[in-house]
Amino acid sequence: MIDRRHIGHTLPPFQAEAEKGRLRFFAKATGQTDPIYIDEAAARDAGHPGLPVPPTFLFCLEMEAPNPAAIRELLGMDYRSLLHGEQGFSYHAMAYAGDMLTFCQRIDDIYDKKNGALEFVVRKTRVSNQQGELVAELRCVTVVRNP
Amino acid sequence: MTTATFPDWNALQPGDALPPLELPPIRRLDLALYCGASGDHNPIHVDIDFAKSAGMPDVFAHGMLSAAWLARLLTHWVPQSAIRSLDLRFAAITHVGERIRCTGTVAEKFEHEGRRSVRLKLMTANHEGIAKLSAEALVAWP
Repeated sequence: MIDRRHIGHTLPPFQAEAEKGRLRFFAKATGQTDPIYIDEAAARDAGHPGLPVPPTFLFCLEMEAPNPAAIRELLGMDYRSLLHGEQGFSYHAMAYAGDMLTFCQRIDDIYDKKNGALEFVVRKTRVSNQQGELVAELRCVTVVRNP
Repeated sequence: MTTATFPDWNALQPGDALPPLELPPIRRLDLALYCGASGDHNPIHVDIDFAKSAGMPDVFAHGMLSAAWLARLLTHWVPQSAIRSLDLRFAAITHVGERIRCTGTVAEKFEHEGRRSVRLKLMTANHEGIAKLSAEALVAWP
């Protein structure tokens, strides 16, 4: 069983840049053909300062943490038994290519179901931009399948 | 594909459907591309040896790849700045070879603090109609 004492644990904040080339690669990988996500001129014509960071890409940038396995290691979770159960995004401001985003992660909850056969870890992340403006709040629920 | 403009809020009704998004059958290459582009290097999505060691018959799609497709469905319908929230629930594994269809309907139309808003129910399902990912989004007009 995962130690419940870790509820409330915060990880050191880290920064990740929304790189233009990476955003284009993400557009390709997700089949995105809307030109505002690929072509800077099209983005500007649509009133954006640059290529927008698409809605789910903030989760990708969250993986740029210095140690993306930090929470798994802290809680002693094995990759093989993990499933992504839920993912939530609340948006406050758009983010764009070139933005340097700061991620603050917190273990918000740990609980179990089915007499411990399934354990749940809820992580909440606040994302802000280089102006200190809140961009989004993320909620990730990881499911641990215990044998 | 062109950039979305706001649909006429007054004309919307609960039950109205968003234009669906049909994806071609998922290739292993799609998972490799998403692995690189997303930075999600969990080998269970690209390394069949690892997947088998975890008791899975094969690699399977990242849940967040389906999430990105649902986000495409949304940004085809309204400009991205209108999306206030997107909450996703991964219900079943999406397998290589499946043809995924993304759909959405207007669940509720309301004004919140003077903002014209719509709550949407979204989902992805395979060609047999089996639900993979269900989601809810809140969209607000400027």
